[in-house]
Amino acid sequence: MSRPADDDGVLAAEIADAQLGPAEVSAAVATARPRRNSAGPLDYLQRWPLRLWLVIVGLFLYVPLITLMAFSFNDSKRNIVWRGFTTDWYVKALTDSSLLEAFGNSLSIAALSTIVSVILGALAAVALWRFDFRGKAAFEGAMAMPIVIPEICMGVAMLVFFARIMPWPQDLIWPFNLGPIVIAHISFSFPFVAVVVRARLASFDRSQEEAARDLGATDAQAFRDVLIPHLKPSLIAGALLAFTLSLDDFVITFFTAGPDTITFPVKVYSMVRFSVTPEVNAASTLLIVLTVLLTVVALRFQNPKEVAGA
Amino acid sequence: MSSKPPIISIEGVTKRFGDHAAVDDVSLTINEGEFFALLGPSGCGKTTLLRMLAGFETPTEGTIRIDGKDTDGVPPNRRPVNMVFQSYAVFPHMSVADNVAYGLKIDGVAKAERDRRVEEALALVQLEGFGGRMPDQMSGGQRQRVALARALAKRPRVLLLDEPLSALDAKLREAMRFELASLQHKVGITFVMVTHDQDEALALATRCAVMERGRLIQLATPSDLYEFPNSRFVADFIGTVNMVEGTLKTDNPTEAIIATKELGDVYIDHAVLGNEGATLYLALRPEKISLFRRDGVVPPKLEDCPEGYNVVAGVIDHIAYLGSESVFKVILTNGRQMLVIRPNLTRWDQEDFVEEQPVWLSWHACAPAVLAG
Repeated sequence: MSRPADDDGVLAAEIADAQLGPAEVSAAVATARPRRNSAGPLDYLQRWPLRLWLVIVGLFLYVPLITLMAFSFNDSKRNIVWRGFTTDWYVKALTDSSLLEAFGNSLSIAALSTIVSVILGALAAVALWRFDFRGKAAFEGAMAMPIVIPEICMGVAMLVFFARIMPWPQDLIWPFNLGPIVIAHISFSFPFVAVVVRARLASFDRSQEEAARDLGATDAQAFRDVLIPHLKPSLIAGALLAFTLSLDDFVITFFTAGPDTITFPVKVYSMVRFSVTPEVNAASTLLIVLTVLLTVVALRFQNPKEVAGA
Repeated sequence: MSSKPPIISIEGVTKRFGDHAAVDDVSLTINEGEFFALLGPSGCGKTTLLRMLAGFETPTEGTIRIDGKDTDGVPPNRRPVNMVFQSYAVFPHMSVADNVAYGLKIDGVAKAERDRRVEEALALVQLEGFGGRMPDQMSGGQRQRVALARALAKRPRVLLLDEPLSALDAKLREAMRFELASLQHKVGITFVMVTHDQDEALALATRCAVMERGRLIQLATPSDLYEFPNSRFVADFIGTVNMVEGTLKTDNPTEAIIATKELGDVYIDHAVLGNEGATLYLALRPEKISLFRRDGVVPPKLEDCPEGYNVVAGVIDHIAYLGSESVFKVILTNGRQMLVIRPNLTRWDQEDFVEEQPVWLSWHACAPAVLAG
């Protein structure tokens, strides 16, 4: 498989970048929510030059997204001139069976990799927090590798791995056909979960766990009744992060996807290679709405106070 | 003392962390119904000892018996003791009632019985009606009561308290002190408390063990610790003291004289039982020294002390007026500084002395504690 290079490649990359935006912004909101009503250091935000600056930054962040959404309602085959309002593109996107299949694949991959990533990441974080063992530093470093190494290298590595070391059988039934992608996604998302969970663990009062033991709980019961509830906000934040990372990953998926499994970002990429129709915009808008909704639900699910601590 | 076997017996217990002995060959017994305090400066091993009782640490050497049974290898969840943690460790995600019910739930106590015992425990710490609250809606003092109720709901044989009052402000601490004492009376079980605060230990405990660098230094009632310390460390750690070094000059069955550089010859009205010429230390409590104006040159004549003994001249350097009492810093003619505490028994007592006034200091012949080391 080689990377296709044609004239529209640059534009496609830009659109892919724009799609990375909202998901990661919302994940960041979930992990670090600023405290309201805190006067003092943030007072300077009241002054107009900084307010103006905030407006400019806001425009820079959101104008591309708003444009994308606006043109999904454009009654034209091209994205350049506004010709009138229509919802036809949504109908088209929602009836495009290959797009729907790609979207279904993306959701399945994201769901599967999120479940495994949260379990693996949380356990890794707890192990690093609780135990001292030989090679702990090395283990910690190795775990952070997927965060720092370039995605393209990871993609190529995965391609080689699944081609030579562990060939994945073709023509398996769903969801086993998604195996390589799910494994690849787990490998780059669980470190993010581990980082978030570890940050939360730092604020855990060990004597709470001891109190549970003292009151008669076994180690496992104390873990379930005291540690897990404390970690809940970080598990939700980590899951959200893993889900969005998986949902919009293009590079690694592109290298690990077999010829007959296609995900939503890869599908969008192949669509824009021919032309950027408003159908792509419509599909992208649906994805943005979905991630925003997920974020809102996740935030609602958490206790607002605990979010600030997470 | 009852003839029943002790509820806790600690026999030659040592706990090492690497080369460092946090607890060093400690042996003691705690009787049923006692309010026992482990007292010492931070890092003396008292918390480690308490954690060994709870089962969070295991002794490197020695045996701990609780209620006659060897605790070796018994995990914290299977010991008949419960602990109130310094941070209270109230579970923030559970309501007050769920916190108190937690231990009972783990034990499989039926719902009706559980509810009854939760109510009972909350009533014991005067938190009736607070069951539905979340811990973050409660003050620090209330959270501590939750921790107490949670531990007591399990009806342990021994309640362990780790620095129970240290996180409270001064007023609340005093109120809580009385409450802990009355709580112990009510439930009638053994309390073992760790504290670095000598006031807390003296006010609450029936007996205290003073520890230093892992070793047990003295085990005595609070008044014995204060009035009859067995070492300079204890005398210095409990309360304030004027410590004076001297040598034994005369030692009879009924009296002794100790020669000191700073206070001259000090007369003691009991035998010291030491070798003549041996180095001794006098621990003289500030409130046991009387203060007299030195307007003329005539020293005060007290029936208590033979003329010429136990009277020294000095000048008041500084007065700290504390309301109920005044603390005087007196500089003796030889430059030695002495602390004197004088209660303000009438509303005019504080006017008796002013700074830079010449005074006599005098004390009873039995006032100083004579210490060998």
